[in-house]
Amino acid sequence: MSLSFNLTDEQWQIKKSVREFAEAEIKPHVQEWDEAQHFPRELFAKMGALGLTGVLFPEEYGGAGMGYVEYALIIEELSRIDGAIGLSVAAHNSLCTNHLYQYGTAAQRERFVTPLAKGEKLGAWALTEPGSGSDASGMKTQAIPRDGGWVINGAKNFITHGISADTAVVLAITNREMRSRGISAFIVEHGAKGFLAGKKENKLGVRASETASLIFEDCWVPKENLLGEPGRGFVNAMQILDGGRISIAALALGIAQGAYESALKYAQERKQFGQPIFDFQGIQFKLADMATQIDAARLLIWRAAWMKDNKQQTTRESAMAKLYASEIAVKVCEEAIQIHGGYGYTKDYPPEKHWRDSKICTIGEGTSEVQRLVIARQLLTS
Amino acid sequence: MKIIVCLKQVPKNDSILRINEQGTWIQDRDLTYEINESDQYALEAALQLKEKHGGEVIALSLGPARVQTVIKEALARGADRGIHLEDATLDNLDAFGISTAIAAAAKAEGFDLLLTGLQSDDYGYAQTGVIAAELLGLPHATIVMDVQATDGGIRVKRELENGFFQWVSMPAPAVLTIQSGINTLRYATLKGIMAAKKKEIKKLDAAGLGLDTASLTPKMQFRRVYVPVKSKQTQFLEGSPAEVAAKLIEKLKNEARVF
Ligand SMILES: Cc1cc2nc3c(=O)[nH]c(=O)nc-3n(C[C@H](O)[C@H](O)[C@H](O)COP(=O)(O)OP(=O)(O)OC[C@H]3O[C@@H](n4cnc5c(N)ncnc54)[C@H](O)[C@@H]3O)c2cc1C
Repeated sequence: MSLSFNLTDEQWQIKKSVREFAEAEIKPHVQEWDEAQHFPRELFAKMGALGLTGVLFPEEYGGAGMGYVEYALIIEELSRIDGAIGLSVAAHNSLCTNHLYQYGTAAQRERFVTPLAKGEKLGAWALTEPGSGSDASGMKTQAIPRDGGWVINGAKNFITHGISADTAVVLAITNREMRSRGISAFIVEHGAKGFLAGKKENKLGVRASETASLIFEDCWVPKENLLGEPGRGFVNAMQILDGGRISIAALALGIAQGAYESALKYAQERKQFGQPIFDFQGIQFKLADMATQIDAARLLIWRAAWMKDNKQQTTRESAMAKLYASEIAVKVCEEAIQIHGGYGYTKDYPPEKHWRDSKICTIGEGTSEVQRLVIARQLLTS
Repeated sequence: MKIIVCLKQVPKNDSILRINEQGTWIQDRDLTYEINESDQYALEAALQLKEKHGGEVIALSLGPARVQTVIKEALARGADRGIHLEDATLDNLDAFGISTAIAAAAKAEGFDLLLTGLQSDDYGYAQTGVIAAELLGLPHATIVMDVQATDGGIRVKRELENGFFQWVSMPAPAVLTIQSGINTLRYATLKGIMAAKKKEIKKLDAAGLGLDTASLTPKMQFRRVYVPVKSKQTQFLEGSPAEVAAKLIEKLKNEARVF
């Protein structure tokens, strides 16, 4: 392995272009979308034109043909401005579309990946249920063969784009005795009979990212909509999460970076006792710790992304990046509020939103506790 | 239409500027750079003209190795190829020297339109395009807000003062200096960024341009650069509220010049 921490010219350009986009197209609306819990569906067409809705997929399927390093840079830059958009782009790319791309047949890729990658359609990925979160294989949703297809019954919970998605990847039990080896993935399209969107969650943070439940009442899908081998759905989902977790780590990183930048600027502008508060060592130490934690998180993320791009197993590295980045993000955002004093507690400055947004990162795609379980399990295998 | 767009790399507009030890310009140590603002609109105007009428857009920049990023960015946004004028003897030229080098490169390349931004965000001379036009013996128009192709030439909208405009018809080839804000800049797409990797950037030095560098010795130099000294004055206005208000308005208008 050659060791380099330099981004290529192209990677810098990607970072710059996404930053310009986020600052011009997202930043002016952040507060309004957050307060109204408005999910900006229209933004996906604009992001599609840039290539942000199909980052990881080859050009023949309408994607940008990039790797996880570029993907992490993109999610970081979007989340630096708005974590809600970062989360939505992550769920669309590395969960839904990636599951379709990785395990879909050529015909499924052509039909489903292409419009998702181009940003014409919106994707959702449904694993979690009201009764099964961390213990995902304890799901109840079931699919039974009938009339040359499958009939799905059950409910999913906390699904990103649960209401607005055009295409959902849904995990369901096809053989109860086989437990986690008896779960399969299905493609369910918006408007399918018996496929209903449930309640939209009213959330603490990432409020502009739509989160809702899904209900399946005798929902029939044709057999072509079985995704991947029957019984492999759960194993495949866990592999999808290995990549997805890199994006949640990048989401946390971007949120932390945004809060940190705000704090660094504010500390130089705000004067108390006749001097900028940055000149107090107490404030400098906070900023030094924040900068160090952010850098450490970024390096863990780049390592996991690099390994993924080099086709290595990243279960441990993705979990470490996700665990560390999300935990420091919450801390960094909290310190950013502290540095802003009372102003940080208001909606006039960005850190309060960054802080609220950051908390999803220690929960979604596996809680911090689950990441530690995953890491600990890996400690004994290598 | 074959269009050459001149792009200057300038310090980012939110850079923290520190004056160098000699007190002659700003320290370039901690600076980050970007494409000069009005040049970006010139590039966008060129790309839109190409989309409408076909042809080619060539991004040209003069400066040290770092200005390659400016050319690459233009290629990522859709320019077809780049020209990089790089030579140690071409560093630190004045507007005349820069225009001479640009004119030489543009003449060798041949073009229908040579576009520059209205002025650069660092020096703000607003001379590069105009001098290049004179050296090339071509017509030019400044502060251009719109460009339309006509039979055998172009029609351009120029900004005058006080919200007035002027339409000018002129033959091509011509040189135009483009105003900021006249169009909507496009973002570099991921595909555009990757495609740019395969596009050509031609390098030219002073010898390649056939320049007599001795004749380009700057005719102008900076003696001293300094930060304006801030001062504060307090004045008490006396009289009835109406009189005080009238005096205040008068002072804001004529002394503080806030409106
Ligand atoms: C905004 C948002 C978006 C989401 N998007 C999606 C999506 O698109 N698709 C999807 O499928 N899901 C999604 N989720 C669901 C998310 O992945 C789950 O919320 C998460 O996995 C946790 O599950 P749970 O909420 O049921 O918590 P639980 O699993 O009930 O956990 C409760 C607590 O118990 C702890 N705990 C559980 N098991 C253990 C253990 N073995 N050891 C120690 N501690 C343990 C947990 O760490 C946690 O602290 C989303 C959630 C949110 C909030």
